[in-house]
Amino acid sequence: MGAKNLLVALAGQPNCGKSTVFNLLTGARQHVANYPGVTVEKKTGAFNIDDTRVELVDLPGTYSLTSYSLEERVARDFLLGDNPSVVVDVADGSNLKRNLYLTLQLMEMEVPTILNLNMMDVVERRGQKIDIDKLEEVLGIPVVPTKAKKGEGKEALKEAVKRLANRWPGDSFKIDYGKMEPFIAELEDLLRQDPVLTVQYPVRWFAIKLLENDIEAAELLRRTHPDAEKVLALNASCRERFQQDAGNAVERHIAFTRHGLCAKIARQTVTLPETRKRSLSDRADKYVCNRFLGPVILIAILMVLYQVAIVFGNWLALQAWPIWGAIENFAAEVLPAAGFVDDPLLRALGLWVVKSTTAILNYLPIFFLLFSLIAILEDSGYMPRMAFILDRLFRRFGLHGQSTLPMILGGVYVGGCAIPGVMATKAIPDERARLATIMIVPMMNCLAKVPLYLILIGAYFADVGGFAMFFIATVTLFMALPVAKLLSLTVLKKQPSAPFIMEMPPYHIPTMGGTVRRAGERIWLFLKKIVTVVAAVAVVVFVLINYPGLPESRQAHYAEMQSAAVKSFMKDVNKSGYKGEISQGDVLPMILFGESLKRAKQGVTDKEKSAAINAKFEADNPTYYAVVKRVGKDGKKLNRSLKKVIKVRKQVRREARAERFETSFLGTMGRALEPVTQWAGFNWRINIALLSAFAAKENSAATLGSIYGIDGEQTVQDSMKAGETGFTSLHALALMLFMALYPPCVPTSIMVRHQSNSTKWMLFSIGYQTLLGLFVASLVFTGGTVLGLTGFQTMWAFYGLCVAATLIMAMIPTPEEKEETTVATNITCKENCS
Amino acid sequence: MRLDELKPGTACVMSDITADGALGQRLMDLGFYPGAEIEIVRNAPLVDPVEVHLDGYHVSIRHTEARHIEVEF
Repeated sequence: MGAKNLLVALAGQPNCGKSTVFNLLTGARQHVANYPGVTVEKKTGAFNIDDTRVELVDLPGTYSLTSYSLEERVARDFLLGDNPSVVVDVADGSNLKRNLYLTLQLMEMEVPTILNLNMMDVVERRGQKIDIDKLEEVLGIPVVPTKAKKGEGKEALKEAVKRLANRWPGDSFKIDYGKMEPFIAELEDLLRQDPVLTVQYPVRWFAIKLLENDIEAAELLRRTHPDAEKVLALNASCRERFQQDAGNAVERHIAFTRHGLCAKIARQTVTLPETRKRSLSDRADKYVCNRFLGPVILIAILMVLYQVAIVFGNWLALQAWPIWGAIENFAAEVLPAAGFVDDPLLRALGLWVVKSTTAILNYLPIFFLLFSLIAILEDSGYMPRMAFILDRLFRRFGLHGQSTLPMILGGVYVGGCAIPGVMATKAIPDERARLATIMIVPMMNCLAKVPLYLILIGAYFADVGGFAMFFIATVTLFMALPVAKLLSLTVLKKQPSAPFIMEMPPYHIPTMGGTVRRAGERIWLFLKKIVTVVAAVAVVVFVLINYPGLPESRQAHYAEMQSAAVKSFMKDVNKSGYKGEISQGDVLPMILFGESLKRAKQGVTDKEKSAAINAKFEADNPTYYAVVKRVGKDGKKLNRSLKKVIKVRKQVRREARAERFETSFLGTMGRALEPVTQWAGFNWRINIALLSAFAAKENSAATLGSIYGIDGEQTVQDSMKAGETGFTSLHALALMLFMALYPPCVPTSIMVRHQSNSTKWMLFSIGYQTLLGLFVASLVFTGGTVLGLTGFQTMWAFYGLCVAATLIMAMIPTPEEKEETTVATNITCKENCS
Repeated sequence: MRLDELKPGTACVMSDITADGALGQRLMDLGFYPGAEIEIVRNAPLVDPVEVHLDGYHVSIRHTEARHIEVEF
């Protein structure tokens, strides 16, 4: 083998230590992406053997290579389409019999395979012995034992790859399918008549797959074979004749034969200790999965998760804020200078994009903690236990045991984020339950919804704040569960539902390195995807809220206010010693100079540093400095005068912004929506705030702030109360519920699109949540008004309604349950009849 | 007898699978085949999924799926 690139694939069953082997071989040089068009994670890495660069692709962990699950299809397509030079099949040495099942299938695909017996340390600890030479002899492929966790076996594995890449002995291994052999031969003969197919695919494997009734294989045949229907007809006849001959379905015969062979090989090569000890995992599960203790432990773990990720994460985010603030300050310095009323477009847009991005980056510490904790939960093996404990409960609502984590991350109580929540649905094997979970995660109470809740509760439910907070924090779950059931009974009905068959792997103690690496990979993926999207969306929103802009007459009005303020300042200048030194044109630069100085000193507590900054600014412009820093009698006087100008500038800017906002595209939309939203009690001002929240939910509070003209002296709550005199607690309740059901924000929508792999589902999730939110808000507002209830009374009436809906929905049987009952009755009928 | 009729703590040997299609394939891929030794370990706290010990490892399946596995002692 010379200086060239080599493609090597890493295959293996779940929980065989494949990732550890991957890390052992590649070290830090790896890259995570997705397989094109599907949500399955694709990990690639590189390492060197002599002067050859080897690219290692980590295939998804699969028990088998059928075409029933996405992971299996991805793995198989890669082996068939990308033709890797070598496939390293990682097997858990302590459970060789089961792992051989995949090995045999790889060998049947005639790919050059190395069997890597990993976890040999566990094998030794359990007192098992494996005859490696015998195994090599029986299988006819190289067998390499490793202890990847301890870093042993790297060189041996590389050596084996090198040798096998040079010479692959070809197909020497065949599973003897006994009674099925004549049928395989019959089909093989017909397939061999097509020269193209013979070159492209292993023919015997193809024949077996067809006999197995593999849908993808039939599809592949139709695409490549000129006379596919003839082959398929023969296949159908073979399947039927075999069934009559052997009295057993082909699929079953094949699987049973393979298992039989695995068992035989294992008997030949593995010596088990006399007595099987109860493993530590078994003993731990006695408590962790216990009927009473299990749920308690689960709740405790979730509480810890919540405390660490959300509470501690929030604190951490607060500590990290100066970093993002510094980025904003840097942008403010670098971009073109501000104007008196209007800023140059480049500055306004630039700052807007930077601020939108930092608003998301602000969550980074929370995400990092979340991802680390998930990695720990995954690596430790607790995830399947969590699903085991909760599956029954969630299944009643069309969800899955594994829906727990996404919902926790989304904020089942208060303060999650839908983005990692939707991301975490990846693990759910059941497509219908997975989509149902994706659809309800945005209904949880994410962190960004909280400011609006706090404003509204503070303004309208101040005396019953605790109850109101409890209401909004828990009612979302009682809205989400019935909705999930409703969706899975209607729009999601046709989605494939997978059986719940889950391995419960032994517990592992997660390593620090592994955890950080996993969390780092996901953070990086997240950053790449979200930040670019957020920046792009920010530009769109900017246009929507700033254009078409103010008419000329209004602009003139604001210009007049500006010149009046400047004139009065100049009067004061002419009375002072700076007469002639400061001209009209200096006013704005002087204000900006002051702002710049303030920014530079932000967060600086050290006296010496502060003095140095002062000195630098003084050297830059002593005149401006004197006014801004009140140096001398004239400086003090002019400073007072300048403050007046600054106040006018602030007022003008705020008024102009509010006016621009009202007449903007978004403002027009807000007004246009009034006829619809009036039933929910929303006027156009609220509509604008809600519309702007679509980009990111934090916007709702910020927008309300700018609409009601916060000056820093008043809180949003007070100014909202003052601005909307007709508002009652019923309005506030409707608004809170609408926010709770609010469609996913843009970054979450992107994640929904990504995880559901379809724009259709993304649009659906946005659409149905908007409608549901409007419906609920209207129901509460109009219903409450008609019945003459207060907001607080309506709140609990609605709560009762939701709990009732949840209970009713739990009673309705799922499609599977219906199916099961019919199957069961059929069987009884058959038994009774015969 | 069917697997879902057994109580935790009992051991049995699998004799047949009465499911085909995806479910049958999944079960067979995970190691359910005639002759496999199965031990019922425990039910979930809410009874439903059941954890079984199969050929050296633990699998949890729902009762509706366990119904498709024929066993004998």
